[in-house]
Amino acid sequence: MEKSKVNVKDIFKLNIRKYAMAIALVFIMVLFQILTDGILFKPLNITNLILQNSYILILAIGMLLVIVTGNVDLSVGSVVALIGAVAANLMIKHNMSVVPVILISLFIGALVGAWHGFWIAMIKIPAFIVTLSGMLIFRGLTLVILKGQTLAPFEESYRVISSGFIKDIFGGANFHITTLLIGLVFSIVYLYTELRDRKNKMKYGFTVGSTQMLLLKNAIVIIAINLLTYSLAAYKGAPNVLVLLFFLILIYSFITNKTVVGRYIYAIGGNEKAARLSGIKTDKILFWVYVNMGLLTALAGIVFSGRLNAAMPRAGTGFELDAMAACYIGGASASGGVGTVIGVIIGGLVMGVLNNGMSILGIGIDWQQAIKGLVLLIAVAFDAYTKSKAKK
Amino acid sequence: MTQIILNMNNITKEFYGVKALNNVNLEVREGEIHALVGENGAGKSTLMNVLSGVYPHGTYTGDILYEGEECKFIDIRDSESKGIVIIHQELTLSPFMSAAENVFLGNERSKNGVIDWEKTSTEAKKIFEKIGLNENPDTIVNELGVGKQQLIEIAKALTKDVKLLILDEPTASLNEDDSENLLKLLLEFKKSGITSILISHKLNEIQRVADRITILRDGSTIETLNNDETLSEDRIIRGMVGRDIGDYYPSRDSEIGEIFFEIKNWNVVDAVDNKKKIIEDVDINIRSGEVVGIAGLMGAGRTEFAMSVFGESYGKKISGTITKNEKELNINTVSKAINNGIAYVTEDRKDYGLVLIDNIKNNISLANFEKISKNNIINKNEEIKVTENYRKDLNIRSRDILQKTEDLSGGNQQKVVLSRWMLSGPDLLILDEPTRGIDVGAKREIYTIVNDLAAQGKSILMISSELPELLEMCDRVYVMNEGRIVGELEGEDAIAENVMKCIMKYSREGI
Repeated sequence: MEKSKVNVKDIFKLNIRKYAMAIALVFIMVLFQILTDGILFKPLNITNLILQNSYILILAIGMLLVIVTGNVDLSVGSVVALIGAVAANLMIKHNMSVVPVILISLFIGALVGAWHGFWIAMIKIPAFIVTLSGMLIFRGLTLVILKGQTLAPFEESYRVISSGFIKDIFGGANFHITTLLIGLVFSIVYLYTELRDRKNKMKYGFTVGSTQMLLLKNAIVIIAINLLTYSLAAYKGAPNVLVLLFFLILIYSFITNKTVVGRYIYAIGGNEKAARLSGIKTDKILFWVYVNMGLLTALAGIVFSGRLNAAMPRAGTGFELDAMAACYIGGASASGGVGTVIGVIIGGLVMGVLNNGMSILGIGIDWQQAIKGLVLLIAVAFDAYTKSKAKK
Repeated sequence: MTQIILNMNNITKEFYGVKALNNVNLEVREGEIHALVGENGAGKSTLMNVLSGVYPHGTYTGDILYEGEECKFIDIRDSESKGIVIIHQELTLSPFMSAAENVFLGNERSKNGVIDWEKTSTEAKKIFEKIGLNENPDTIVNELGVGKQQLIEIAKALTKDVKLLILDEPTASLNEDDSENLLKLLLEFKKSGITSILISHKLNEIQRVADRITILRDGSTIETLNNDETLSEDRIIRGMVGRDIGDYYPSRDSEIGEIFFEIKNWNVVDAVDNKKKIIEDVDINIRSGEVVGIAGLMGAGRTEFAMSVFGESYGKKISGTITKNEKELNINTVSKAINNGIAYVTEDRKDYGLVLIDNIKNNISLANFEKISKNNIINKNEEIKVTENYRKDLNIRSRDILQKTEDLSGGNQQKVVLSRWMLSGPDLLILDEPTRGIDVGAKREIYTIVNDLAAQGKSILMISSELPELLEMCDRVYVMNEGRIVGELEGEDAIAENVMKCIMKYSREGI
């Protein structure tokens, strides 16, 4: 009896660290739901929440890989602006059509990433300095391209990614049936993979959590997914950018969890010297991590400029900090080697819900900044505290 | 009758259950130069750290009597206030500060918190003159040679009214002339009444300056000898290495075959200093099923040699050939080395071996994804199966393979690194200090693993600073000194005295 009590406590302790941010996110959501008299969870607002935060989440995924290698990228805000400027220039001034514009934008993003990667990985200049320089260079180039002025508007087709919604093939009158179906299908797939995973673990004699814990966890996830799709279906259905984000999360979770390259990225951040002595070409990996960051930054730039429907000289200012904050709140370690894609998404959503909730309450941007800063510190301090506790 | 300045009685110090010091006694007379000798890991540095308060009172047992009173130092400042100053093997100067600034670091010449630069310079100059350091006090320390840096450390000690000066291998990185100067300085100090404890591997130096010599071995005091004409080098060496070996080293049943790996005309230039040759014309060979050792002092170039062989992971301008079964290999990256069947188990498992924040499984698989992945996608079940097998076979004591390696003991960490390289299926396994800092039980387990690998026909190259281990484990031993092979010992000749003689002979003759 005494023993099982201790175990329950241990399980609680173990999980509180793992799920602390997810729990905090739920708490913040409920808090603002009450404070805003139920506006937060209104279908329209949920949709807004996603649209508002999509580009930060895209950046945060790229930033996660950079941070896991133990580095940083300060330039992403400027590069977001640069990509918007390039796309606007090509489309509005040169009447180029949407597909080549997007391809060229992505290519330029990758090129910018390669530029940073070259100096950081090959010439061994600290990432902080290289990307600080990049922050200035690419902001400057944006001003050059835009001649200091705003370029607008984009063609409607360019804005499909950022502001469009998926088509309802069933043509539901009040509800977006396709969105609901996607939620259900995803729930089933999720449950199936979880169960398969557990079965495999048991096959290899691993300790698995209790059945109740598994059911609880799955129930929470499935309910959350379906509440989300239900609420989206009640408005215009799932936004295109959510689908994009969903695939990015899937792809990058796969890369970080299941691929050799993913493992290399963590090993570099964990101990670069050990990684090199294990035959890993650390320079090459680091280079490609920055190329990837550039590519995702370009994607975020396309989404952001599409959403604004304009290319502005000062666009994207401070995005790099939001993306990094999402990573750190989501449990990534500033010294590298630690962090998950899901954690980062949760971290990004914590910030997003705080922004959105406080805006609804009419709290000014001044206080929003201060509160967000405090949340970042508390999140990381809590993580450090639980870690030092676990050591004892 | 000279006075006893220091008496350390029954000092015992444990690290995670391993006794680094076991009832050690040390008696030092006022005004003498007392040498402390022993093999690496015998406990010399640990003992001095106990004395100087690096390990504070309460973390060890036993007592320290200094100038007749019992001392319970809580940190270095505490012991320094009593005039005990330690100069560590690794210099602790701040490289971008001036010589004078370093001399008074933590002890600044100041008035109301404002530094008096005039005073700092003149006082530093005075001390420099006293110790024969002809250097401008404003010179940045970085620009000075190691010998002069060592003198600045000593100047620093002098500003603290030192009564008992402890020097941990002060001449290890010095050239002949600088060493000579330092020893003369020690004799000067002796005249002015400063007591010194000198830790050194260089027995000729010790015989020149020391009054008495205390020998430590395996964390225990063996004996204290008076240094007079009758004391021979051999006598000291016997005290250092003699030990009851018993069945400490398991027997091996392997068949030594033909020459498998051969390294010829190997030359390496220092990674930083372009002019410094770190390895010169090294020729060695290893047969299949053979365990070959490389003996030598710290800094002899053994690790640098091994790493340069392992995919040129150390040094510059590497030349020479590596052949395997008489076929020349082209190995200029670590992954090529691995693909050609070479594995290197580092001497520094924490900095160069493990990803400490990651678990056992990921650490073992780190160099072996070719075996457990397909199209870049890791077969996680296979990974778990393989790593779990190693955990069981090598008896890695842990909760499961998902335990973080930073939470394991040194011996188990070492087994994780060994597992990684055993999984890579090497033909030549280079073990660099494979048993450093691990307990006796784990050592034996590692010896058994080495024997098994040799029995499978693998070639094993072992570097170790523990001579008895090397001599017992190896079929053949090369002796390396200052980047050259200075001897090859086999069979009955492979005894500690001969290894030391090879090194001493070479050091005396010089280049």
